[in-house]
Amino acid sequence: MNVIVCVKQIPDPATPYRLEEGTNWLIRPEEQILDDTDRYGVEMGLQLVEPSGGTVTVVSMGPAGSGQGIRQALAMGADDAILIEDTSLRGSDALTTARVLAAAVGRREFGLVIAGTESTDGYSGVVPQMLAEILDVPALTYATKVEVDEGSVTIHRQTVAGYDVVTSSLPAVVSVTAGVVEPRYPTFKGIMDAKKKSIETLSMGDLGAERAPEQLVLSIVDAAERTAGRKIEDDGDAHEAIVALLAERKVI
Amino acid sequence: MSDISFERPDPRDFLDIDSLLSEEEIMLRDAVRTYVRKEIVPNVGDWWEEGELPSDALAKAFGDIGLLGMHLEGYGCAGTSATAYGLACLELEAGDSGIRSFVSVQGSLVMFPIWKFGSEEQKETWLPRMAKGEVIGCFGLTEPDSGSDPASMRTNASRDGGDWLINGTKMWITNGSIADVAVVWARTDEGVRGFIVPTDTPGFSAPEIKKKASLRASVTSELILEDVRVPDDFVLPGVSSMRGPLSCLNEARFGIAFGAIGAARACYESALDYSIERHQFDRPIASFQLTQKKLVEMMVAVQRGTLLALHLGRRKDDGKLTPEQVSFGKFDNVRNALEVARTARSILGANGITLEYPVFRHMANLETVYTYEGTNEIHSLVMGQAITGLNAFT
Ligand SMILES: Cc1cc2nc3c(=O)[nH]c(=O)nc-3n(C[C@H](O)[C@H](O)[C@H](O)COP(=O)(O)OP(=O)(O)OC[C@H]3O[C@@H](n4cnc5c(N)ncnc54)[C@H](O)[C@@H]3O)c2cc1C
Repeated sequence: MNVIVCVKQIPDPATPYRLEEGTNWLIRPEEQILDDTDRYGVEMGLQLVEPSGGTVTVVSMGPAGSGQGIRQALAMGADDAILIEDTSLRGSDALTTARVLAAAVGRREFGLVIAGTESTDGYSGVVPQMLAEILDVPALTYATKVEVDEGSVTIHRQTVAGYDVVTSSLPAVVSVTAGVVEPRYPTFKGIMDAKKKSIETLSMGDLGAERAPEQLVLSIVDAAERTAGRKIEDDGDAHEAIVALLAERKVI
Repeated sequence: MSDISFERPDPRDFLDIDSLLSEEEIMLRDAVRTYVRKEIVPNVGDWWEEGELPSDALAKAFGDIGLLGMHLEGYGCAGTSATAYGLACLELEAGDSGIRSFVSVQGSLVMFPIWKFGSEEQKETWLPRMAKGEVIGCFGLTEPDSGSDPASMRTNASRDGGDWLINGTKMWITNGSIADVAVVWARTDEGVRGFIVPTDTPGFSAPEIKKKASLRASVTSELILEDVRVPDDFVLPGVSSMRGPLSCLNEARFGIAFGAIGAARACYESALDYSIERHQFDRPIASFQLTQKKLVEMMVAVQRGTLLALHLGRRKDDGKLTPEQVSFGKFDNVRNALEVARTARSILGANGITLEYPVFRHMANLETVYTYEGTNEIHSLVMGQAITGLNAFT
């Protein structure tokens, strides 16, 4: 079975993010790194193909950049990559992203498409579902565990109460949570081999994809400052105060 | 992108030295950095305090990453550039000098001589398993009465039938008690030769040296060789002079020029964070001029040392690095690292003497780094001879 993993290159979260005046789009530096949450998807893909000997292809879209994040995914062991790179993709929203990814994914034979539940820089959390819809395959989301059997995939779908066990036929799209598997450390060999692996670079024209009607970001508001917590001093009855507080918040 | 030059410089990379590294070098560096942050930094304070090292697990993990003998070609080694090896040493030593020593010894002092001077059969036998971390090695040159002047060694080997008999004592040997194999240098009728000695050979023992106040997350041992018998094909065929051990040391010292800066960087960063959080007289201590002066001196020393190391790395990759230039790196970067560690220690006040923070540990470790692989004084003499043409050793 061949697996396609959708990954995003994002500005290093350790650096301050800045938004462009007017459009409120994130200003993306030339050097972008692999979104840490996508390491889980890549690892999951690698583990799923290892027994059967299929391939893992990473697919990513973004405006032009150095492609460093892609090579980080290849260094982990992915076989090859498709990079949709087009300056016209600046500021594209979730639907455009899903359309473009679907057009790219559709060029390959695949059993499973894996994506993270949401990106660290955008947090829309809807791309995997939209992608499945456009590809016309089932979407299995928020997986904390993924197993593939002859022609079917079964996941543990994280819920507020615990998890649901969800099964579907293949091909399918699965979104995985951080922690679904422990991503491997890239090895030196992997890093050095990464530069020999193929990265197919496509433009919007190559794909024949179109941007969706635009989502506009009208305004940006700073998050409210966190207020100081409440300190409960223990004079022997702190436990009562804590129980009362938890009851008030309906935690217990 | 456009107005980046108006931003405050990164306090952790003031000169943007990262821009001098290739993407691949950054990826290799980051792989080590991530590993060290996740697996070494949270634990090494305890290992240091207890004087214990989970050496088998570390060897395995380092082998998986590809750290062991990383700059050697073939035989299961990663085959990176020398600069990448240096950068890895820097990141490892930002964790702990003992951890970097473990990797230096394995790669530069044991795998390197086998790779450089060994027979094809010796390479096949040892290198792939050492690269994987399945076999741990140690390097025996120093003796109780032979330190800075290793040519005065007493350990000797003589032919006995088709075999060799080795006798002598080696001292201060990193990894000695945990090693599966020792590269032992001994005088013979044919000059100084290197022997590959499996540590389970009868007559070989390696008691651990305890009560160390430095490099405690590293095993240091004595090697005792009493009529240790090895076959002729355990001798490294490619060298029979002090050039053998000295060329190994040259490799390891190169790594130390980078490594020491890692320790210094960890101290500087620890002191920087601490000085911003710690308040006295109602202000962060970082707001006092005296503290800022210390922080700047440390930052400048770390950046300068990194540039120096990088310069040596580029020269080594170009095949132009001389041993005297390696001495420059070892000499200058280690003494500056020690100075940085001491300054950082002062900024942390009382906390600076604990193992809750990495600074004291690095400071104590650097005392070893100052001495081993050629003392500060010996490297002065190497450079002194190079610039005057006069020998001041004897
Ligand atoms: C923790 C640790 C790990 C080590 N690991 C290894 C290892 O794995 N393998 C190995 O072979 N060795 C190892 N060593 C040994 C190390 O390389 C030696 O300690 C070092 O070479 C110095 O030798 P010495 O300690 O005998 O000091 P000495 O040579 O006795 O020197 C004492 C002092 O005299 C000075 N001095 C000596 N000669 C001169 C001179 N001509 N002019 C001016 N000053 C001089 C020195 O600079 C020093 O300050 C290790 C040491 C330590 C502490």
